[in-house]
Amino acid sequence: MFRTFAIAAATALSVAGSGAFAAGGAGEVTDYDFSFEGPFGTYDQAQLQRGLQVYTQVCASCHGLEHVPIRTLSSETGPGMPMDQVRAYAADLMVIDPAANPDIVDPDTGDVQELKPVNHFPANESQGAPDLSLMAKARAGFSGPYGTGLNQLFKGMGGAEYIASLLMGYTGEDKLEAGALLYENKVMDGGWINMAPPLYEGAVEYQDGTPATEEQMAKDVAAFLMWTAEPKMMERKQAGFTGVLFLTVLTVLLYLTNKRIWAPIKARAKSDES
Amino acid sequence: MSGIPHDHYEPASGGEKWLHRRLPIVGLLYDTIMIPTPKNLNWMWIWGIVLTFTLVLQIVTGIVLVMHYTPHADMAFASVEHIMRNVNGGHMLRYIHMNGASLFFVAVYAHIARGLYYGSYKEPREITWIIGILIYILMMATAFMGYVLPWGQMSFWGATVITGLFGAIPFVGDSLLVWLQGGPAVGNATLQRFFSLHYLMPFIILGLSMVHIWAFHTTGNNNPTGVEVRRTSKAEAEKDTVPFWPYFVMKDLFALGIIFIVFLAIVGFMPNYLGHPDNYIEADPLVTPAHIVPEWYFLPFYAILRAFDDSVWIVQFAGFITGGIIDAKFFGVLAMFGSIIVVALVPWLDTSNVRSGRYRPMFKWWFALFCVDFFVLMWAGAMPAEGIYPTIALIGATYWFAFFLVILPLLGVFEKPAPQPATIEEDFKEHLAPSGGTKIAETPAE
Repeated sequence: MFRTFAIAAATALSVAGSGAFAAGGAGEVTDYDFSFEGPFGTYDQAQLQRGLQVYTQVCASCHGLEHVPIRTLSSETGPGMPMDQVRAYAADLMVIDPAANPDIVDPDTGDVQELKPVNHFPANESQGAPDLSLMAKARAGFSGPYGTGLNQLFKGMGGAEYIASLLMGYTGEDKLEAGALLYENKVMDGGWINMAPPLYEGAVEYQDGTPATEEQMAKDVAAFLMWTAEPKMMERKQAGFTGVLFLTVLTVLLYLTNKRIWAPIKARAKSDES
Repeated sequence: MSGIPHDHYEPASGGEKWLHRRLPIVGLLYDTIMIPTPKNLNWMWIWGIVLTFTLVLQIVTGIVLVMHYTPHADMAFASVEHIMRNVNGGHMLRYIHMNGASLFFVAVYAHIARGLYYGSYKEPREITWIIGILIYILMMATAFMGYVLPWGQMSFWGATVITGLFGAIPFVGDSLLVWLQGGPAVGNATLQRFFSLHYLMPFIILGLSMVHIWAFHTTGNNNPTGVEVRRTSKAEAEKDTVPFWPYFVMKDLFALGIIFIVFLAIVGFMPNYLGHPDNYIEADPLVTPAHIVPEWYFLPFYAILRAFDDSVWIVQFAGFITGGIIDAKFFGVLAMFGSIIVVALVPWLDTSNVRSGRYRPMFKWWFALFCVDFFVLMWAGAMPAEGIYPTIALIGATYWFAFFLVILPLLGVFEKPAPQPATIEEDFKEHLAPSGGTKIAETPAE
């Protein structure tokens, strides 16, 4: 009876779980492949660096990354940039919305300080666009097949798929509503989005020579935003793997111990019977 | 401590005698750990240890998290990100604490289901049961308040919906709501009091857990047969029991190992699976999420809360005879709290004098249906309150109350119980000794 109970529990958990997430990702999200999916998936450093380039040259004019310290660009489990490059990058970074970043503005002169690796990426509220630090965890991608959520069980919550799909999801239609121009997007909840299509073929020139197709840029920046949302993913998976491995060894030993100490009790019961 | 005759601690050396005369603490620990335990306990008796361990895990990770967390509406969200990015091992601490809540509820639901099926609430274990339900209620309060602390969108709006329930109470609701929230709406004052209480309540749970253990160490454990340990002599009691150490300590540790393998796999590989993406958006009082959904462990009760709307005749009837004092919202709140109160009252609602469901041929099926009902309600609670879902929730909620208020009282009268074994020893030989029977399947894997 309790075996059925356990199976029912596991099934219901996954169904209830996916039900809750179905709300997170509306529209048609494409199942793009990413290197970080699954229990053994890792970030692709070259892709993260390309994504950083797309973020800096395209997204940053409206979106901030206020929770991400710039120094973490040097993380071995992230973009892995050399520290001098990170310093140079920080110094070049434009602060578009000084009002949203009071801690790097000189209170007397109003001058914006040059950014250093210790600073966070600037916040940017100039256009009312949402901060992107955690966007890849704040959206869910797909909950298939048949809404069971099994995809998410094995591939992750699909925030990166959502972002890449949104960037690729423009239909080319637009409309004027209450004085604002809205763009039709297949992925956006409600079908219309404030953001103009940000990517076009060759919008950035990749330093590593990868052809900058629209899809390439969408996937790269989605991967980068997955990293900004979950910078410790690789450490986490490693800890999980080590923990599971050691606990498995310990559990096998406990199983053998348990079996052994119970053996005389069970043997005695058996001999009494005969 | 227990009424089952067994050996007690005898201080041997001079030092031990000196201490024992002044403070018999070693004797207390010895009696606790060596308590005679029915030797036929199956794998559903592991959840108590899992719960104890999880409570300690949550308290330890929680205390460390508090060292880095800032309970302020303007800083809470960023401080959680600080933990995730800058604190050494902070991401693991937080994910363990976050998923630890889910483990806690998986274990407590299994533990409660075990108690219901094997009649662990029946005479003389009513106090153990009541304290257990109190612990469960405190767990729910603690988990709810903890979920508010990251100050994401679901935190904020969940807090708004749940504190709003108290606003539905007639006459005093509005004042009560302001008192609970510390202001006219959920805000910084709410966050700070929830933080304080979230830190306090686990220690109350810890204290109640000790009383819970004290209570069932006094009555002795229940067991899958529901037949009591023979207590006329020590020799006889020893045929039915083995000491807790090392037999059940090892068995429980083995089970704990398996459960923590699964737990660590979830924490390591899919830590956000059981959470809600909206909680990674900082709380914004001006933007309401499309669907406000509680964590999975509250869903069955959330479904019961929402099941009773204006269209249900009993709601209209209650409104009519109370002159409108009980409206649909308040009825839902009463139903939700009532659904837990009936569980607390089950020692008196169940009229059968057979303890274990194993020997109750009709109860077995009603209980299985009750378990299915729990998951149906959980699923209905996750769905939007439109279309067919409110009807499903209503049917589920009706069965919930019918099970406790109608079926359990009547079964005791109509059911013809199957024969029970005379002793635990007999059951042990039949079920658990090697080649002693084919019923090993009765002790399933975890």
